[in-house]
Amino acid sequence: MTTTENRPQFKVVGTRPVRHDGLEKVTGKAKYGADVILPGMLYGKVLRSPHPHARIKAIDTSGALKVPGVMAVVTSKDLPIQSDKMVELGEAHANMKQVAENCLASDKVLYKGHAVAAVAATSPHIAEEALEAIKVDYEVLPFVLSVDDAMKPGAPLLHESMVTKAILGGKPDPAKQVGKSNVSSEMRWVGGNLEQAWRDSAVIVEREFYTKPVHQGYIEPHVTTVIWNPDGRITVWTSTQHTFGVRQQTAAILQVPEGMVKVVPMEIGGGFGGKINVYLEPAAAMLSKKTGHPVKMVMTRKEVFEASGPTSGSHNKIKIGATKDGKITGWQAWFAFEAGAYPGSPVAMGAMCSSAPYVIENFDISALDIVVNKPKVAAYRAPGSPIGAYAIESVLDEIAEKLGMDPMDFRLKNASKEGTRQITGAPLGKIGNTEVMTQVKNHPHYKSPLPPGKNIGRGVAMGYWFNIGMQSSAVINVNPDGTISLVTGSVDIGGTRAAVAMQAAEILGIRAEDVIPTVADTDSIGWTGVTGGSRTAFSTGIAAINAAEEVKRQLIARAALMWEVKPEDVEFKDGLCINKKSGKDTLSIKQIVAKMMMTGGYITASATSNPKMPGAAFGAMIVDVKVDPETGKVDVLRVTAFQDAGKAAHPSYVEGQIQGGGVQGIGWALNEEYYHTKDGVMANSSWLDYRMPTTLDLPMIDPVIVEVPNPGHPFGLRGVGEVGICAPMAAVRNAVYRATGTRMYQLPMNPGVIVSAMAAQKAAKK
Amino acid sequence: MRHITGGVDKLRVEGTTIRQVLEQLESRFPGFKERIVDEEGSLQPGVAIAIGNELTVLGVLTPVQESDEVHFIPAIGGG
Repeated sequence: MTTTENRPQFKVVGTRPVRHDGLEKVTGKAKYGADVILPGMLYGKVLRSPHPHARIKAIDTSGALKVPGVMAVVTSKDLPIQSDKMVELGEAHANMKQVAENCLASDKVLYKGHAVAAVAATSPHIAEEALEAIKVDYEVLPFVLSVDDAMKPGAPLLHESMVTKAILGGKPDPAKQVGKSNVSSEMRWVGGNLEQAWRDSAVIVEREFYTKPVHQGYIEPHVTTVIWNPDGRITVWTSTQHTFGVRQQTAAILQVPEGMVKVVPMEIGGGFGGKINVYLEPAAAMLSKKTGHPVKMVMTRKEVFEASGPTSGSHNKIKIGATKDGKITGWQAWFAFEAGAYPGSPVAMGAMCSSAPYVIENFDISALDIVVNKPKVAAYRAPGSPIGAYAIESVLDEIAEKLGMDPMDFRLKNASKEGTRQITGAPLGKIGNTEVMTQVKNHPHYKSPLPPGKNIGRGVAMGYWFNIGMQSSAVINVNPDGTISLVTGSVDIGGTRAAVAMQAAEILGIRAEDVIPTVADTDSIGWTGVTGGSRTAFSTGIAAINAAEEVKRQLIARAALMWEVKPEDVEFKDGLCINKKSGKDTLSIKQIVAKMMMTGGYITASATSNPKMPGAAFGAMIVDVKVDPETGKVDVLRVTAFQDAGKAAHPSYVEGQIQGGGVQGIGWALNEEYYHTKDGVMANSSWLDYRMPTTLDLPMIDPVIVEVPNPGHPFGLRGVGEVGICAPMAAVRNAVYRATGTRMYQLPMNPGVIVSAMAAQKAAKK
Repeated sequence: MRHITGGVDKLRVEGTTIRQVLEQLESRFPGFKERIVDEEGSLQPGVAIAIGNELTVLGVLTPVQESDEVHFIPAIGGG
């Protein structure tokens, strides 16, 4: 269901054509990373640490090399020595030494599953067998698995030389971080007068929240095939969200010129942010270099869980005050996120996003990034924002209840608008925050009575994501039949081929079906940023629009030539060139290209985009749950998810993004977690035990697309891929409270947690 | 960064680029610049710059006009 009021209507954008890659994907013809088969190809497998923290004293690979069929073995010693070089990957910096060490550990292993060596053999089974012949002498070290343990005085240090870095306003407490620390960085934002704000408050709620790491859960594991050719050129076929990022990281780690690396993106079976970093490519490349053969490496599901980034676990402390008529007075937040084995959690984004829906003038917010002995975290759909929203939206719900206010009225009273300053001081642009909140409040779900029965409750929460811009490239070749080939560098992980193609079609007045989109490798298209950050339909769309505008200009020039008039005497409208002088003569694209060899040759255009106003997005969720008080099981009865899309290029795929984000958020709320044993080992590294919701667990999610056009895009698009995951955890938590009378302060709210919390509350009341 | 600026959270400075603005800020508040750029003048990892509500793509080379608001913010990455 889409709500649009007096919005501009387009001919193609906003319609629902069949996606261009749909037939191939549903018939099994689409080519994924596992489908790459090359002559002489070998298979690589990785030996991984059994310990969460250990020093590597020696690695003896001689036994593996004696196994028949084994062609090569590599360790970190085969990689060039890395410096602490920071590489700009477009949306973030990365320390290449740390990335390299995460791919193949050098002096220490920092988590159970950390790669230590890799083997290439004539079959994957032989490679697997050969791993057992590699002998590693470890000095086992004590480990830390939580931010609290990592910050304790005397905690084992993952990186002995690491000192807490103050970023922007960060001011680490010297008493807590004297010299070396597991706290890699601290940021801080302070504004207004918090002490006065507390004095002005009629109600203050102060709470602590804990979350566990969760995995992005993409169906397709990491897979790569690499060939290091004799001329030094390296080709990588891979499942990735960022082909140019893979090129950059692989080249930096192998210390080869970037132009010598070509990355071919295969179709991708999910990413959600987890397929931006390289894991297998450097080892596969070195194995190929040693053997002279292409080498394919595929992670098992266990490896995906144990050795590729989940998102952060966290400990967060929130204190918010409000006046008796519901105006937020003071806002104090302390966010501590797990970074995993190497620095770089999304804690800052969690802090910024969770405050964005509200006007807050008196605040003190700290964001700490903390290393622990778990896999290095990776981005997961609006990184940091869901965790921040879980804590903040839970406290706001409690404040609204204490004030006797409707939860949405309380939020509307404090809603940020265009021009509201965020905690960074930067003002918000044109946003749809109040529009989304109003849609929630007026929705039949919100106004309807609860279903009959006991232990049923309804919860609501807001979410926010910035969305990002960054550079994209597009090339359009006009075909003799009047169709266009549209080439971009954006891997398609959510229907973006269609969304981008539709934007080019809109400019040229042709059907979406007349656009043939292709996702190109790094040698065949200009630099293009990650398919992530909810940027692709937006930024690559603008690149396609720019290329289409150039095609339009050329079509006008050709028509002018054919009519022997000036280009300014030709108008382009609805796919036709119109002779303004005659007033009646028209030429279609087909008619123009039929003569293009006589008017100057084939028509082709290339363009880039690097937009500065991606248009932030707000989302919300209403959820009804029923809780069995005996078992703690939560049944999700009804879900309505709201999101400002600016302008939905393809509403079906926008709805799909909203629903997908909602499902992931509900799974995060109720079931998903990395469960570690006392030995620091993940105990549930399989689909059976890492419990993600399926279609059997949830009702249909009713998506509501709100459209507040983004002035930074010609059609008003905002990114849509991420904000849907931000609100669900708090919405579910608030619903569980209303169903049980007990507030939860940890995720997941699995049956055991709910039963324990209810029992504890009952005991406390006696 | 109030502990560096002595409590000042906004002020006017001269400059036609972000780099010049940073030099001005450093001269008034020693230690400010290293929070934003490294020794080579590149943005510190994790730091981005916004002019008003628009993220810049030119880093410290970004031109600034007289009425521009410059904000130093955490870098944003998506999933």
